[in-house]
Amino acid sequence: MLSIQNLTVAVDTKTILNGLTLAVPNGEVHAIMGPNGAGKSTLGYALAGRPNYSVTGGTATFNGEDLLDKGVHERAAAGLYLSFQYPLEIPGVPALTFLRTALNAQRKLRGEDEVSAPDFLRRVREVAKSLKIDMDMLKRPLNVGFSGGEKKRMEVLQMAMLEPKFLILDETDSGLDIDALKVVSDGVNALRSSDRGMLVITHYQRLLDHIKPDKVHVLVAGRIVKSGGPELALELEARGYDEYLGVAA
Amino acid sequence: MAAVKETIDTVAKLETYEHGFVTDIEMEFAPKGLNADIVRFISAKKNEPAWMLEMRLAAFERWLTMEEPDWAKVNYTRVNYQDLYYYAAPRKKAGPKSLDEIDPEILKTYEKLGIPLKEQMVLAGVEGAPKYAVDAVFDSVSVITTFKDELKKSGVIFCSISEALREHPDLVRQYLGSVVPVSDNYFAALNAAVFSDGSFVYVPPGVRCPMELSTYFRINAENTGQFERTLIIADKGAYVSYLEGCTAPQRDENQLHAAVVELVALEDANIKYSTVQNWYPGDAEGKGGIYNFVTKRADCRGARSKVSWTQVETGSAVTWKYPSCILRGDDSVGEFYSIAVTNGAQQADTGTKMIHLGKNTRSRIISKGVSAGRSSNTYRGLVSAHAKATGARNFTQCDSLLIGKTCAAHTVPYVEADTAKAQFEHEATTTRLSEDQLFYAMQRGLSQEEAVALLVNGFVRDVLQELPMEFAVEAQKLVAISLEGSVG
Repeated sequence: MLSIQNLTVAVDTKTILNGLTLAVPNGEVHAIMGPNGAGKSTLGYALAGRPNYSVTGGTATFNGEDLLDKGVHERAAAGLYLSFQYPLEIPGVPALTFLRTALNAQRKLRGEDEVSAPDFLRRVREVAKSLKIDMDMLKRPLNVGFSGGEKKRMEVLQMAMLEPKFLILDETDSGLDIDALKVVSDGVNALRSSDRGMLVITHYQRLLDHIKPDKVHVLVAGRIVKSGGPELALELEARGYDEYLGVAA
Repeated sequence: MAAVKETIDTVAKLETYEHGFVTDIEMEFAPKGLNADIVRFISAKKNEPAWMLEMRLAAFERWLTMEEPDWAKVNYTRVNYQDLYYYAAPRKKAGPKSLDEIDPEILKTYEKLGIPLKEQMVLAGVEGAPKYAVDAVFDSVSVITTFKDELKKSGVIFCSISEALREHPDLVRQYLGSVVPVSDNYFAALNAAVFSDGSFVYVPPGVRCPMELSTYFRINAENTGQFERTLIIADKGAYVSYLEGCTAPQRDENQLHAAVVELVALEDANIKYSTVQNWYPGDAEGKGGIYNFVTKRADCRGARSKVSWTQVETGSAVTWKYPSCILRGDDSVGEFYSIAVTNGAQQADTGTKMIHLGKNTRSRIISKGVSAGRSSNTYRGLVSAHAKATGARNFTQCDSLLIGKTCAAHTVPYVEADTAKAQFEHEATTTRLSEDQLFYAMQRGLSQEEAVALLVNGFVRDVLQELPMEFAVEAQKLVAISLEGSVG
């Protein structure tokens, strides 16, 4: 269970999250929706430990462990995976090298053995196939010159390989055409399991047609102003956020 | 991939300059200071032919009239040339005939440096095993050259320059100083006057040298300048790949290293020269460290000859070094691949000169500068085409990577064409190691140092690929180690 209590986060000196409380039990998928500037991405970054996103109040725990006192890579090794809205390009580092280095770094932190090269390659081949990623693309530097859709598929490939316990998907649908959206969503859905939680951050309801949430939360001005079932997303799609903007102010 | 892992392991293990130990051996020194008598002393110690002494004395006379260059973008306390020892040698009897005759302390040093001399000897008899003939230069003197006999079978001469002066004086006389004349520059003149040892390679016509040749240079003694001289000749159609590695102990005072390397490639010959330079860089405040003032030049004398310089420069307090190619033969090719990493208070002013004299000559320059800490890293390069060099082509790419906010990177390209029929291209980029990339890699499980190592190794990848495989791994580790503590 990811449990967030009264979380306050400032970027530089500006407070972005302002007493956010949220709980995502293992096995559930929760969606966070909200207008631009509400703090959706900030929530993902703060949980992942991005520098300059300072937690000024509140707590966040994962399966009872304090997340906030851990370093970025330790949170990753504890099972937290953030799928970036804009995945970074890593020049000169082939995707396969990056992935294997990351996987082994996490395993080392957890006190596990390194994955052997043949095992690693076998698994990558399977996952790449399911995501319609050509193995040749994995020999190229990670994300360099990749299209928006290819980058998002690479994010899903990485999560499938790293097998995190909790996923945060930040605007995973942005920049995807219908076909790519389907491939990416199928990839994410394949990772749904009773011991894995997910937080899906999105502007649009359309992603939730593909990745069906158990709960939907409305984030406005740094806090959750309403929570409900999947039907809440449809409601928001029809009526917009106007009625909540007053609530938050 | 394994290399990256090894990089990471090594970084985790090491906290400081790895080669900062001093070996305790009995040394023989020439008196401190520099004058014509010292030059004579060195020459006499080496039983050199008379012409060599004359050349040394001429160089010394010339040096006295020259000024230390100050155009490079480096600041340092000038060397007091009268306060240095110009000759320091491990005390020994006649030249060692086998490893058993070498001071075991020296062997221990080389073992620490990861040069398995003994293993090499054992391997000599094993078919198919990878082989590297090693010449080890300790302070001023070459202590041992391995695989000499095996090389001799193919006609390759690989020995110390002192030995070459005794055994092959005509060859040495023909080529020594023909690429870097004694009057070339201040440090080259000094080197010509007092050089004490170095390596000599001759590959006869049509011979492909059967193994990698390498020399390890080690400065050990205090207040000692190291002036080695390397001369490599690839005769018509010959091929040789040569690698040099350098380390020094950690000392508070600066030490001078002023080497000269001359390469001669005759028709259709091919020389690949790689350097992994890890001299002691001084401490974080800039105290101590090696002054690396080196002149390296190749003469592509014959048609269709090719010389390729690859350097990984991570050490030295101050670097002043421009491995160059004179593309004299028609259709000759020069290449320069460089990684220069500076951290702490290091200063590097390095690059290359590609001088196109022959027709349809081609050159390629790929330079990757990485600066961190308060260091300064300058690429300085000249590409020129003589009026007769029609069809000359050059491609230059200079990339600089900055880590942190207190370092500097400079690119100073000189391009001169005296013919309209030359085609020169220059590309340059400067980027900062991005916080976002670091965060991204760390979110996937890498620690900050692992992330820096991975990103920097990605940045220099094009050049690492040019190194012989085994050394690429070593170089990758070095780059990571040199950048320890450079972020955050």
